[in-house]
Amino acid sequence: MTEKRTIVIPGTIVGEAGKKKPGMGTFQENNNIYASRLGIKVDKADYINIIPLSGVYNPSTGDNIIGTIIECQLSSWMVDINAPYPAMLHVNQVPWKVEFGATGQYLTVGDSIIAKIGLIDESKKIELSMEDRGSRKIDAGIILDVQPQKVPRIIGKSGSMITLLKKYSNCWIFVGQNGRIWIKGEADKVDFIVEAIKKIEKEAHTVGLTSRMEQFLKERQK
Amino acid sequence: MSVSTIKKDYLIKLAKEGRRVDGRKFDEYRPIKIQKGIIRMAEGSARVELGNTMVLAGIKMLLGEPYPDSPDKGVLSTAAELIPLASPTFEAGPPREKAIELARVVDRGIREANVIQLDKLCIEPSEKVWVVFMDLHILDYDGNLFDACSLAALSALNTTIIPNERFEIGKDEPLPLDESPISCTFVKYGDAIVLDPSLDEEEVADARLTISLDKEGSVRAIQKGLKGTFTIKEIETITKIAQTQVKKIRKLLGDKDGKSKKQEKG
Amino acid sequence: MNKNEIQLIKKGKRIDGRRPDEIRPIDIQVGVLNRADGSCYLEWGGNKVIVAVYGPRELLPKHQQDSTRAKVQATYNMAAFSVEDRKRPGPDRRSREISKVTSEALSGVVFTEQFPRATIDVYIEVLDAQAGTRCAGITAAAVALADAGIPMRDIPASCAVGKVDDTLVIDLTKEEDNYGQADMPIAIAPRTEEILLLQMDGHLTMKEFNTGLELVIDACKKVSEIQKKALLSKYGSSLS
Repeated sequence: MTEKRTIVIPGTIVGEAGKKKPGMGTFQENNNIYASRLGIKVDKADYINIIPLSGVYNPSTGDNIIGTIIECQLSSWMVDINAPYPAMLHVNQVPWKVEFGATGQYLTVGDSIIAKIGLIDESKKIELSMEDRGSRKIDAGIILDVQPQKVPRIIGKSGSMITLLKKYSNCWIFVGQNGRIWIKGEADKVDFIVEAIKKIEKEAHTVGLTSRMEQFLKERQK
Repeated sequence: MSVSTIKKDYLIKLAKEGRRVDGRKFDEYRPIKIQKGIIRMAEGSARVELGNTMVLAGIKMLLGEPYPDSPDKGVLSTAAELIPLASPTFEAGPPREKAIELARVVDRGIREANVIQLDKLCIEPSEKVWVVFMDLHILDYDGNLFDACSLAALSALNTTIIPNERFEIGKDEPLPLDESPISCTFVKYGDAIVLDPSLDEEEVADARLTISLDKEGSVRAIQKGLKGTFTIKEIETITKIAQTQVKKIRKLLGDKDGKSKKQEKG
Repeated sequence: MNKNEIQLIKKGKRIDGRRPDEIRPIDIQVGVLNRADGSCYLEWGGNKVIVAVYGPRELLPKHQQDSTRAKVQATYNMAAFSVEDRKRPGPDRRSREISKVTSEALSGVVFTEQFPRATIDVYIEVLDAQAGTRCAGITAAAVALADAGIPMRDIPASCAVGKVDDTLVIDLTKEEDNYGQADMPIAIAPRTEEILLLQMDGHLTMKEFNTGLELVIDACKKVSEIQKKALLSKYGSSLS
């Protein structure tokens, strides 16, 4: 059974307001639901969503992300999270006991971290936290930048795609919601995974990608 | 935009294994694409893609006064625009040091090799000469603007037709040119020296060297940039690589020397 | 050459052979730049325009931020080599005015409230000019915004109407612009026909103005079809 993916552009009618509710990437005008983004239309039971094909990362509370320290302040760090807004990591939100003014001893400018997005206020001021177990400072490996909108595809339904990637490479792979991916492993395997991820990024909007990727990974494993 | 320490460490680690992020050899150029004569309003033009770096060079010619110390020679003026369109790191405003250095280095490469036969561009000594304006427009920045701009400039000059008819002083004819010097740019990071740096490599580079060689392999122009240093031995290695690479690039540019296709008008 | 020597319309055809209501050929390429978040290269008649969109991204300096919405900041610039007499690099008064009205036009369709304190930067570079560059610029900018994933309620389309030899014509060429009797560029949101940009200079009777408006809105819709096709063909699919 072939699943038809409908590509829509801003201003395309995607549904009727009476029958469905406007979901992500859509807006309502009078009796119609329109797409506001370039993307793939997904018809759910109650909602119509548009999966964007491009666009910057829009931070959401609870997202796990990879950030880069851009400034050390007296009791916090400013972090670049690849979003329209820099985020703040306060000393209260890290697992270490940091003295006033000693922030640079724990994380310096240029360091990369895995962290979680905490509170976001109405003017989009973003707080980060490193308190949970998954968070850490990244010490080795590489960080690959991908389009944030492609992240769900790289992770796959219930993690199916990323499980495939890990299986065929024996690499440590962490995908940040903000389009940054940490990969650690043997040099050849790392190159291989980078190539695979770039392929997924390019073909994210196509059907049957997971099985094609499995094929690709099997063949290239030699 | 901050360069993460991880990135720098990774590039240096790869370099120790003799590798680069995009899989190239240390002395390998990215794919080069040249399109000539694409801007109708310009007297000459060319677009160069060097990997993902894209630049557009446009040549405009106007009548003007010669420099007082060379009353019977035409004038060459080069400018570069690092427009914000090309990179999130380029700011709007008048050209700053990076753009000025770029323009002057490209200019010197062309001027010192006497690429343009400026003595043939004199209409009336001390009164009227042709002024050749070369404008380098950066469209997409992924490293190595020096070589991309130099190639674009040379290719654009190659297609330039002097607009004699528009100024009613005769028939249109190609700009009189001599052989072109070719420039090669290298950067150093860690202990590695690589040719044609991509943006990633430029961001972690300690030092940079651009060298222009002519048809005989003689040196015509050099520019060292950034705050790091080169040893004499490193400079020698660079010049050797440059001599080989320049031959390849010259083939790509095609041999012109005064012969250029008349631009399609209208 | 003065006005009296040129006949701009002969037997219902214009200098370049077009009918009065015909637009010049338009070719659009989407996503042509790597660094930009969204981009578009557009050729319209002899015009060549490239647009890059960056954003939403942080607006600096901080005191210029709007705490409730993003700013759409368009910059229109002509390359030095894009015109017959070389233009000195840098913004002149004309470029700054066009930048302003373009920013305002695009702001009319973008859902700016979704990104408070941010900026959406639109850089329009004219590489080759043949009259109608501001219309080409807005048309390309709209496509670049969509490519960048900026949420909008419609994709603006732009075109100009003018009067030459007492005839209303669409999409003026350089000669028609220079020797014509009126020039009116417009940008609309094609879905609702809302006017986002409207400028005019010259002389039009009220009747000519109304007819001209109808004609140019129609032309904008044709331009809109070309934009939509280009965006969809990037992903190899058709509109449902």
